[in-house]
Amino acid sequence: MMTGTLILTSMALPAVGGCLVALAGRWPNIREAITLVTATSLFLVILGLPGASGVFTIAEPAPGFSLAFHIEPLGYVFACLASFLWIVTSIYAIGYMRAHNEPNQTRFYAWFAVAIGSVMGIAFAANMLTLFVFYEALTLATWPLVTHSQTDQARRSGQLYLGILIGTSMVLLLLSIALVWQITGSVDFKAGGVFTEPVSDTILTIVYALFIFGVGKAALMPFHGWLPAAMVAPTPVSALLHAVAVVKAGVFTILKGTVYLFGLDNLSDSGAAEMLLPVAALTIILGSVIAMRQDNLKARLAYSTVSQLSYIVVGALVANTLGVIAASLHMVMHAFGKITLFFCAGGIMVASHKTEISTMGGLGRQMPITMAAFTIGAIAIIGLPPMGVIWSKWYLIAGSIEGQYWWLIGVFAISTLLNIAYLLPIPLQGLMSSPAADDHPGWHEAPIPCLIAMGITATGCVALFFFAPAIAQYLSSGLAPTGSGDQP
Amino acid sequence: MTAEHLPILQVAVPLALAPVCLLIGNRHLVWLLATAGGLFTFVCAAFLMVSVFNQGPLTYYLGGWEAPWGIALAIDLLSAFILLLVGLVATLTLIWGKASIENEIPGEQLSLFYCMFMLAVTGALGIVATGDAFNVFVFLEISSLSSYAMIAMGRDRRALTSSFQYLVMGTIGATFILIAIGLLYMMTGTLNMADLAARLPAVRETTTVLAAFAFLTVGVSLKIALLPLHQWLPNAYTYAPSVVSAFLSATSTKVSLYLLIRFFYTVFGADFVFRDHGLQYILMPLSLIAIFAASGIAIFQKDIKRMLAYSSIAQIGYMTLGIALVSQSGLAATIITMFNHGLIKGALFLAIGGIFLRTGTSQLAKLGGIGRTMPWTMGAVVIGGCGLIGVPLTAGFVAKWYLIVAALEGAAWVVASAIVLTSLLTVVYVWRTVEILYFKTPGDSVRDIDEVPMSMLIPTWLMVAMVIWLGIDTTLTVGLAEQAAAMLFDVTP
Repeated sequence: MMTGTLILTSMALPAVGGCLVALAGRWPNIREAITLVTATSLFLVILGLPGASGVFTIAEPAPGFSLAFHIEPLGYVFACLASFLWIVTSIYAIGYMRAHNEPNQTRFYAWFAVAIGSVMGIAFAANMLTLFVFYEALTLATWPLVTHSQTDQARRSGQLYLGILIGTSMVLLLLSIALVWQITGSVDFKAGGVFTEPVSDTILTIVYALFIFGVGKAALMPFHGWLPAAMVAPTPVSALLHAVAVVKAGVFTILKGTVYLFGLDNLSDSGAAEMLLPVAALTIILGSVIAMRQDNLKARLAYSTVSQLSYIVVGALVANTLGVIAASLHMVMHAFGKITLFFCAGGIMVASHKTEISTMGGLGRQMPITMAAFTIGAIAIIGLPPMGVIWSKWYLIAGSIEGQYWWLIGVFAISTLLNIAYLLPIPLQGLMSSPAADDHPGWHEAPIPCLIAMGITATGCVALFFFAPAIAQYLSSGLAPTGSGDQP
Repeated sequence: MTAEHLPILQVAVPLALAPVCLLIGNRHLVWLLATAGGLFTFVCAAFLMVSVFNQGPLTYYLGGWEAPWGIALAIDLLSAFILLLVGLVATLTLIWGKASIENEIPGEQLSLFYCMFMLAVTGALGIVATGDAFNVFVFLEISSLSSYAMIAMGRDRRALTSSFQYLVMGTIGATFILIAIGLLYMMTGTLNMADLAARLPAVRETTTVLAAFAFLTVGVSLKIALLPLHQWLPNAYTYAPSVVSAFLSATSTKVSLYLLIRFFYTVFGADFVFRDHGLQYILMPLSLIAIFAASGIAIFQKDIKRMLAYSSIAQIGYMTLGIALVSQSGLAATIITMFNHGLIKGALFLAIGGIFLRTGTSQLAKLGGIGRTMPWTMGAVVIGGCGLIGVPLTAGFVAKWYLIVAALEGAAWVVASAIVLTSLLTVVYVWRTVEILYFKTPGDSVRDIDEVPMSMLIPTWLMVAMVIWLGIDTTLTVGLAEQAAAMLFDVTP
């Protein structure tokens, strides 16, 4: 029962923290202390959880239809990731929000906490219904963050954000869940999936396609438009939510559904998953190509995220254990790399008020630490050693080969080249070209808390290179009983 | 001793209180009396519910006279469920309504208003409780006439025309119902619903019975506001006093829908309605059109009350859709939607009533930025709106989920897709409202206002809490609805 209480705590803690933040709004120092304390205690709670557990049912609205939680490797890794990065982002946010003189900071911190609470609910959901509940909660909790500035542009972005996320989930995802319920009588996450009775390949393909496209948060094309739009939010939101928590909640939902609802064996036998591989592959390539054409730094990073998310989707769609491990690893690796890049983008915006890449020539001389962190993040995303991403790409290729999707390797290769083309020029021109004439010479760095945050995540990118095998082993320990069937 | 008289007491007490209200001049006292009456009906309904749940349906003969001669009241699970909704909403709206009523109704008409309100409650409860077809008409008229009067008391002068419009449409509906009942009486010689059900099969082939069926369906559909018979509803809800909008939107269409279910399943029998005469082929397209068209129209409304009114028409479409699926799970979904939507819409109208009390308007354009000055009321609007959309953990999600599953069960893929698609339209009109209420910089009309008093906030939030509670714990709604649907399907001949 202890574990059950802890799981509930992981959701309640941020919510309570959010309320306290709202109450302490008048005293910024206390408010931000509460945020940091909440974030740290959440991480400790997550660390205190065991690596696997049974199912804890909170409420059962109807027979077989319950609000329930459990711990399994995928969710545990996701929860660790989100809660750890929340601490770092909170540190960053203090520097960023103050330096940027953002209005309504209390509202920002409060909804941020609520959003993290929803993420914990997603991570520990023991059935699709529970996951869906927190998935929607996350969408609604992040809307005030996306529209934070309350300008017309923010309002329009908010409309697009809600429109696509609520639209896909309420129409496609809900329909898919209802169909699964109708066909199997269960939406519980079970090893091997709920489709124990044989079901026709066509129906499985339709239901699975509804599911994959229904998870709008995974930003699979053509439902990716909300992510660049959401960049109108303050940078800490873009960093934690739209590079980590929200989008990873999307791909996590896909992974969890693929492994525990549909079942890897069912998907690979019926060919339901491979039908969608071209869509994911296209998203990888197109996302990168569009990213190249963006001059706004945050927009470029956003399209890069769109592209990278589909790596994870591909990992799920190849429907074998290696692919799932690759996907989960990439979830972590990409998170550290991308959050570093966003931290840097925000730092540049605060310190030098630059948002367009073409104006960032020579910036490396004014902001050397930020640019160094950016370089590490960029290398991490591209996937060169000694960065963690190399591992996830390795597993991804291994998974593709096992599934005999040779052409995917070509996709990864092209995408890596594109990554280099759109990421590396930024630090390079920062170092090589000379600053514009009207720029202040000398150091002009981002606020100290921002630099600390960048340092932590950049170190993380490198450290993960060494920890990746351990994480992969933990993941495969949980997947072994499910995935053993499709080993050749 | 008194327990067995509960069915009649809960109708008789508000009826008796109505003239008493008229005699009391003190505005506090008359409110207290009416509220006590509302509370009494709620408590009665709760007891009836427990009794029906434990001991099965009960029939009460007025004055001890047995069926063919005396008047019967018949309470089964479905009626107990709707009685509970009416009692609950009546109590909460009355507790909530004191400040709002005194603000909107001229002092000298206050007693009259409470009298009418009691009569409306009597009528609604009577329709649901009675087991006699003619009594249905009587109670229907009581509830309708008092509603017309209450709507006409709205502060806006357009309330008069909308009341008149409702009166004309409602009277046509009531007349049709009366014709139907007369025809049935002619063919069977009885007005008791149970006897009607027993004797109708012998004459089911006759044109007269078919005519009765047609008149009844159209007449009741008018009262339900099933598209295209809905024109009276938006005006009535928009210009009525806030408390009336809240009470009517939460109960009146539900009670009429109850009547439809009662006649379809208990009196005529599902076989007659659906297998022999294929009503579902008319009901289904109309419901779908209602859902799409009304949701679409709601998007373009400038008045928040009118928007909610169109939203009601769309929700009624969901309810009739469940009936048109002709399955036990479809009917259960309808019953769940009736109850849950009653609460959601009630909560929303209470919140909007609070805004109206403070600002004197329900025009969206004048309410921009009110989220900052009335945070608690607006919180209720947002949660109620989420309920309408069917966001999980609200009662609206439970209703929608069961409707989708029922549609899939009947292999009605198109219907299931339509249901999920329309939630998009709901998102648009709800979120458009939320945006205006939060985003705009507060104008003059909303800058210097206070939050509504606790006496209004607490009932509003009680309803909101129930919307959430019923989204998490569905033993009451789903459990009862499924049993009620099962019973209705069992009694079909």
